[in-house]
Amino acid sequence: MKIHEYQGKEIFARYGIPTPKGIPAFSVDEAEAAAKKLIAETGGEVCVVKAQIHAGGRGKGGGVKVVKGATAVRAAAEKLLGMQLVTHQTGPEGQTVRRLYVEQGLDIGRELYLGLVVDREKRKVAIMASTEGGVEIEKVAEETPEKILTVHVDPVVGLAQYQARKLAYGLEIGKQSPNPKETIKQFVQTLTTLATLFEKEDCSLCEVNPLVITKSGAVIALDAKINFDDNAAARHPGWPQLMDKSEEDPVELEANEVGLNYVALEGDIGCLVNGAGLAMATMDIIQHHGGKPANFLDVGGGANKDQVEKAFRMILSSEKVKGIFVNIFGGIMRCDVIAEGVVAATKALGLKVPLVVRLEGTNVEQGKQILKQSGLRIESADSMADGAKKIVAAVQA
Amino acid sequence: MSVLVNSETKVVVQGITGSAGSFHATQCIAYGTKVVAGCTPSRGGETFAAKGPGGEAVNVPVFDTVAEAVKQTGADTSCIFVPALGAADAILEAADAGCSLIVAITEGIPVVDMIRVRRALEGRPVRLIGPNCPGIITPGACKIGIMPGHIHKAGNVGVVSRSGTLTYEAVGQLSALGLGQSTCIGIGGDPVGGLDFVDVLRLFNDDPGTNAVMMMGEIGGNAEERAAEFIKAHMKKPVAAFIAGTTAPPGKRMGHAGAIISGGKGTAKDKIAALESAGVKVAPSPAEMGVTLKSLL
Repeated sequence: MKIHEYQGKEIFARYGIPTPKGIPAFSVDEAEAAAKKLIAETGGEVCVVKAQIHAGGRGKGGGVKVVKGATAVRAAAEKLLGMQLVTHQTGPEGQTVRRLYVEQGLDIGRELYLGLVVDREKRKVAIMASTEGGVEIEKVAEETPEKILTVHVDPVVGLAQYQARKLAYGLEIGKQSPNPKETIKQFVQTLTTLATLFEKEDCSLCEVNPLVITKSGAVIALDAKINFDDNAAARHPGWPQLMDKSEEDPVELEANEVGLNYVALEGDIGCLVNGAGLAMATMDIIQHHGGKPANFLDVGGGANKDQVEKAFRMILSSEKVKGIFVNIFGGIMRCDVIAEGVVAATKALGLKVPLVVRLEGTNVEQGKQILKQSGLRIESADSMADGAKKIVAAVQA
Repeated sequence: MSVLVNSETKVVVQGITGSAGSFHATQCIAYGTKVVAGCTPSRGGETFAAKGPGGEAVNVPVFDTVAEAVKQTGADTSCIFVPALGAADAILEAADAGCSLIVAITEGIPVVDMIRVRRALEGRPVRLIGPNCPGIITPGACKIGIMPGHIHKAGNVGVVSRSGTLTYEAVGQLSALGLGQSTCIGIGGDPVGGLDFVDVLRLFNDDPGTNAVMMMGEIGGNAEERAAEFIKAHMKKPVAAFIAGTTAPPGKRMGHAGAIISGGKGTAKDKIAALESAGVKVAPSPAEMGVTLKSLL
């Protein structure tokens, strides 16, 4: 689950990580009011108006405006709210801007990159830091990997201070600061706090790009990008309030709510499969035989008839779907349950496109019987390859 | 021959009284697995009734703690069906009780929990399979997990995979071609887990009962790339592979928590290239996993 920058900064603030003063705004009026309040509080005229979308690269895409005075903030807000912001992470269609964050401007001395991720190979949280703040870290990793320093957090002792110091000296944090010792101290404090936050808040990613050192030597998180580990949702009752549903794909959201894994794709062959690996392999085999999958859909191992029906309804109601391939290798999943769900959804919505079903495993005969008795026009397949070939042929016919 | 489990393996099922635990414990017992104990806190003293492969009654004693279960029954292996937020604790309990093999079926364990578990198990004589996996089976001898037993056939192909149903698909193809399996291990789809491809390949490499290995990987992480390095340097037996997710878009989690292409890393293309350069024959489509393996024999 992703959250907005301003929400991430609220969490940072709770942990005592310094961030600039800022106020979220949902309208042009709110943005102007926020600017007035900030200017009164900080005495500085410079404000930054930042589009809040769940994607990086906002600055480069034109989603961040640095302006002077409340009137200029209002003008910037007018431009930003409602725009389709395109960044390297949004895809070509972009993301509609619905929320803004108005922040005090800072005298930036240096911009650094900080990122916390799970290092799967080391089985620990890795902290990456780089002097190349404010740019795409993927690019830095590719072109100048030596500019990224990494330490790993021991889950028992947490991030040790010496590890944070290692990064501080490695990045020459004290350079240009009027008070190098204090700047290093603040950097170490921020890093160790972030490591704690990552674990306590069940993050899967926490990125500060940039972490800035002001001209006066203060260490401040100018950005906050937090992704949560969905597996931990049950122990974080506050997460649903942080979710911005307008940022999510509506179909994927609907699927998640009923416990299904769904990812929309570009093609026209709808797939319903049990198990993530088999679902991916089904997409692959459709393409192998010249077709294009419309979705990834894993109904899981223990889906009931209602979930299967819901899943099948989602595929049926998609306008781009020109054919459907159901591929089930029932281990835990019973074939009769799948068949009942498919029939129920089809009876409710009608079947206007070709449907190929491959059933294998537990209660396979009962499943086939249910499909047969339904009177629906269903083509059955003996194997995965057979099914893929049949659906591709049917769609292209 | 086989690796890790055989007809002598004594299993304690943690979470045996829950819906998934009781269903699958029943299936494992019917397959012939020696399930000697169950464990559910506050349910100690109960008996779990099931039927063995011949329809004979099997009564499994339930204990409050794994330590007690091990002490009373000599269980050496644990199979975990405990719900996600309690599963990490269950793994630690099994390890402390002296189980040398822990098979965690549970899906959805938070990654920070697994990071702590891995740290706690470091340097201890215990192996963890999973979590979020179908388990392990030595056909005809011992099934610990949720895979359909009947599709398997005893033989000499070692099978290792990050996915459940895709493994069934591969096993189904192998069995249909008359190629039985020595042991099949699902290592699970989470970013942080127990045994990885390299650990399992090493076991198969050293097992006289395994002649060839079928491995199924998927997008995300670099476990397949590391497997390729190991195969290139050490593997004495032919390996066939399939990598799922050639058509998966970047940045999207494909069902498994670990199946995600991030920052351009972990693509199927890179994994296939790495494996091919190590001499592994990669099946061009998931329908050809069995025949690809067969072509190596």
